[in-house]
Amino acid sequence: MVISVGSGKGGTGKTTLAVNLAHLASIEDEIFFLDCDAEDPDSHFYLKPEWESETDVETPIPRIDKERCDYCGKCSEICPRNALAVLRDDVLVFPELCYGCGGCALSCPMRCVTFESKKIGSVKQGRSGSIRFYQGLLEVGEPSPVRVIKNVKENIQENSRVIIDCPPGTGCALVESVRGSDYCLLVTEPSPFRKHDLELAHQVCVKLEIPHGVVTNRSNGHDEIIDDFCSASSLEILGRIPFSREVAQRISRGELLVDDEHLKRHTEHIFRTVQRRCSFN
Amino acid sequence: MKVAISVQGNDLSSPVDPRFGRAQGFLIVDTETDDFEYVPNPNVSAASGAGIAAAQMIANKGVSAVITGQIGPNAFGVLDASGIRVYTGAAGSAAEALEAYKAGKLSATGSATTTPQLGVGPGWYGPGRGGFGPGRCCRGGPPGPRRGGGPW
Repeated sequence: MVISVGSGKGGTGKTTLAVNLAHLASIEDEIFFLDCDAEDPDSHFYLKPEWESETDVETPIPRIDKERCDYCGKCSEICPRNALAVLRDDVLVFPELCYGCGGCALSCPMRCVTFESKKIGSVKQGRSGSIRFYQGLLEVGEPSPVRVIKNVKENIQENSRVIIDCPPGTGCALVESVRGSDYCLLVTEPSPFRKHDLELAHQVCVKLEIPHGVVTNRSNGHDEIIDDFCSASSLEILGRIPFSREVAQRISRGELLVDDEHLKRHTEHIFRTVQRRCSFN
Repeated sequence: MKVAISVQGNDLSSPVDPRFGRAQGFLIVDTETDDFEYVPNPNVSAASGAGIAAAQMIANKGVSAVITGQIGPNAFGVLDASGIRVYTGAAGSAAEALEAYKAGKLSATGSATTTPQLGVGPGWYGPGRGGFGPGRCCRGGPPGPRRGGGPW
């Protein structure tokens, strides 16, 4: 059972919700927690895992054997990222654009494309109580976290309970993170900007056929903009996290909301509702 | 000799396109006769590497120089490796830019004049200077003189 937490817009409270749900879920049994926000992972500030291991994430970068190359340009034609420029007597490779699809080697009639590995990030593994914690971390300057996210998700074991903290946005990184989830929670806030990005994230989930619902963070009693959108789109609002100084203070200190008796009930309510929606047990 | 001018149209009266990689197209002009060929740029909305692909296309046209507004490091690298000189800061119509080039009023750049803009898609003018006359506005607004730089 895999539950992912996304949003579209950054800074809405994905990590806040994900880590608190993880804590509640881990009381009952072991869970996997995957921080797929590889460009800026921060769940470890809250769940405080003890790190156990770290593995490199590598991507293949093409290298052209210029002795054999006849500069036909087929590799450049097929490259979806325009990472290769074939000139009259030279081939230039732009590694920072390459996604490592390998199309250049497949299309080369002279068989002169080989690959060298380039480290683009790492996956750190640790433990926090009964939480098995995995974190993806992209190297500075790398353009795409997709391969790092793939490697993080390879750690999911069959029939395990998994919570995924997704990256912001609705691009490749989010798609890779939520792909295969049984349920996706979309965190939003009552503002036009957040509503706009919620719409996009909703469309991603529809396209990927992932059941999903909404959690309104910084709820201030005037959530109509989100409520109206959700009712118009037949989206369920699973719960709300109040706009309060107490919440902000706990987050700024790296503390969980569920450790506070008063704040705990909001997350617990969301957790129970999600459990019912997708029999997460 | 042949030069390539980035343009927002298909003849010498068209305004120079300040972007290289995501220019609407290029005029390949013979500087002796002013005969030209218009080549549309298939990389206008490329997901990434528009400058690289445009530079490769232009290099394979056998030009000796490129006249444009701004150029990024990747496109510059490809043109430089092909021995093509790059003249930036061109403005006005393609014909005016061509005259300025012939009169030696444009200077060749030895490096990129802007940063790589990964996958920004069309409709982005980059951190350029702008400031040239009426032209097509990239977001469908009224045409008119533009001030300053930055994204539109």
